[in-house]
Amino acid sequence: MASSVSSKLYSDDVSLVVVLLDVNPFFWAGVNANSGTNQPAAALSFSKFLSHVLPFVSSILLINPLNQVVVIAAGVKSCGYIYDSGGGSDGTSVSDLRAGFLRRLEEFVERDRQLCRDGERAAATTSSLLSGSLSLALCYIQRVFRSGILHPQPRILCLQGSPDGPDQYVAVMNAIFSAQRSVVPIDSCVVGIRHSAFLQQASHITGGIYLKPQQLDALFQYLSVVFAADLQSRSFLQLPKSAGVDFRASCFCHKKPIDRGYVCSVCLSIFCKTHKKCSTCGSDFKQASADSRSKSDSKRKTLEAS
Amino acid sequence: MSGNGVGGPGGRRDAGARGGDDEEEDEEEGLEGEGLAAWERAYADERSWESLQEDESGLLRPIDTKTFQHAQYRRRLLLRTAAAAGDSGSAAPRIQRGLIRYLYVVIDFSRAASETDYRPSRMAVVAKCVEGFVREFFDQNPLSHIGLVAIKDGIAHRLTELGGSPESQIRALMGKLECSGDPSLQNALDLVHGFLTQVPSYGHREILILYSALTTCDPGNIMETIENCKKAKIRCSVVGLSAEIYICKHLCAETGGSYTVALDEAHFKELLQEHAPPSPAIAEYAVANLIKMGFPQRGAETIIAICSCHKEPKVGGGYTCPQCFARVCELPTECNICGLTLVSSPHLARSYHHLFPVLPFNEASVAPLNSYQKSPRTCFGCQQDLLNYGSKSSLHVSCPKCNQYFCLDCDIYIHESLHNCPGCESRRESILS
Ligand SMILES: [Zn+2]
Ligand SMILES: [Zn+2]
Ligand SMILES: [Zn+2]
Ligand SMILES: [Zn+2]
Ligand SMILES: [Zn+2]
Repeated sequence: MASSVSSKLYSDDVSLVVVLLDVNPFFWAGVNANSGTNQPAAALSFSKFLSHVLPFVSSILLINPLNQVVVIAAGVKSCGYIYDSGGGSDGTSVSDLRAGFLRRLEEFVERDRQLCRDGERAAATTSSLLSGSLSLALCYIQRVFRSGILHPQPRILCLQGSPDGPDQYVAVMNAIFSAQRSVVPIDSCVVGIRHSAFLQQASHITGGIYLKPQQLDALFQYLSVVFAADLQSRSFLQLPKSAGVDFRASCFCHKKPIDRGYVCSVCLSIFCKTHKKCSTCGSDFKQASADSRSKSDSKRKTLEAS
Repeated sequence: MSGNGVGGPGGRRDAGARGGDDEEEDEEEGLEGEGLAAWERAYADERSWESLQEDESGLLRPIDTKTFQHAQYRRRLLLRTAAAAGDSGSAAPRIQRGLIRYLYVVIDFSRAASETDYRPSRMAVVAKCVEGFVREFFDQNPLSHIGLVAIKDGIAHRLTELGGSPESQIRALMGKLECSGDPSLQNALDLVHGFLTQVPSYGHREILILYSALTTCDPGNIMETIENCKKAKIRCSVVGLSAEIYICKHLCAETGGSYTVALDEAHFKELLQEHAPPSPAIAEYAVANLIKMGFPQRGAETIIAICSCHKEPKVGGGYTCPQCFARVCELPTECNICGLTLVSSPHLARSYHHLFPVLPFNEASVAPLNSYQKSPRTCFGCQQDLLNYGSKSSLHVSCPKCNQYFCLDCDIYIHESLHNCPGCESRRESILS
């Protein structure tokens, strides 16, 4: 099997695109509810969203017959592989794609729903499992790297709507650094209401593109113009420039995003307020807070005096 | 199969070493090329006999690299986990580590470093390995500082000051590659002691000595110097290149460091890399402290702003202090206006995998007894077939927390690079935060 893969002629414009699809039902349900009320109609329904994504996936496969697309769904309780164009049995023809894709997506959503216990009700602010889907994508890409010296150029595309889950901070950062080490760019396209600090950092660190489309009705156009070209061709394109990166971290105590905080000098854990003891490593901060405060105060005084 | 196997390991080694090959050849020609016969060089470089092993019937076979690599990796992982459990005691399972380190690397460039038992010379090997070490060190210790000191002609002199940039350190080292005279351990320790006593109290003070010689030529009583280092809580470690010597052993034992002697180049590199991850900190070695820090946002690429560090208008990039909204060009730094320590939060996050390590996976082989349960067909991570995978053993592993099955390649990748279990990250107990 390995030999059949390496015998294909991979040139540098053959891509492997791993698409991470946000199928968080609470987010998409919230979108529907909102569109009924007076909310601005910026948001998209899930079926409309799919009607933009599916043609985009087909178009990547049509650009180059050797291109490969893998789709991983990120739910609220689980993540799973939905579609692999190199999988063989599903076939690579575009009509097969649609049927197989939708069937497996439906199965996944149903399984994810069953995992939610009856009593659980969540708001539209529930995050989907970005950390899990990123980890799966990276494992898959490592397998492609192992398959031989000649392999398609991998990249990850996150299509996310739900807000970030600050509780996934450490895991998401771990995945980002691993992607950076293996030179896998993480592209992101945010279809939610707010920017995603996780994906801004992911794209910034790994050299991918971060995009938050203004007109979601034209999502397919955004996707095909910005994300369809292979990595080699990107250098010739005028791609959207970064509109800033939100480098906020999540505090370890409340899992809230913060832009200022206190860092334990022993283990570098981040806290939103001073503590007497580090909850991660157990170090005692005896004269810590008083010491640092007087130091910064004296510094300010000298600056004012000068 | 066997033909494939013979080609396999050799080819892989070539591919891995390709980056360094050109430089290596240049160095060899420049320094040592004439002294070494071509046939000698080929055998020394390739060591083709090392990729063979003897099987039960005494036949020579190429090493089954996949199983071998996995066994090696598991040994490393289990050692690391055991060390962590031993240090923190049974009550606290997490590892306490000194993550803000101030390390001086002291390199012996005395006469002994010109010996050629390492190819092309000890000096060249040390320089090459230190380069890799410095990069690895900064990767693993984002807020730490490194400085370089060379010993030659009986004195020690500083090549670089403590700093946070790997490139400038490496440049300074490569510019000063020559060796002569006697080494002096005492002079080196005295010099570094003077520098390290000035670092902040929460930092961990460390010296790593790469020692080629078997002697030291000192101006006074080195025992006093060692005593001073011990008092200043400086952890001294030595990696020797020739043989074990008493004074180094004594130094390391007194200051709580480690002493190792390398057998050959590969071993030296391995011993050196062991010093890159933060050593389990001895609690009293540094005062724990809470440091107030800001995590600035990066500005849009099109914005024009005046930075507070150069007082010049600049287009794009730049970071905004979250406290006073001043603009700075680079991180990490201290805000010029309000004095807040500004760091990039991803920089900190690089070391969090030390705090929350992935548990070692359990080995599991496909047992027919297990077939009653829905036995896994594919690796949860990469979807690789677990049954047809590998040559003879369909060995695979499972995560003790989420019970998902993984192939051996994913096992290595998850523990050595990803630091997340994809299974554990793909499930959630409760959605209410
Ligand atoms: Zn908090
Ligand atoms: Zn701590
Ligand atoms: Zn400031
Ligand atoms: Zn796997
Ligand atoms: Zn797990």
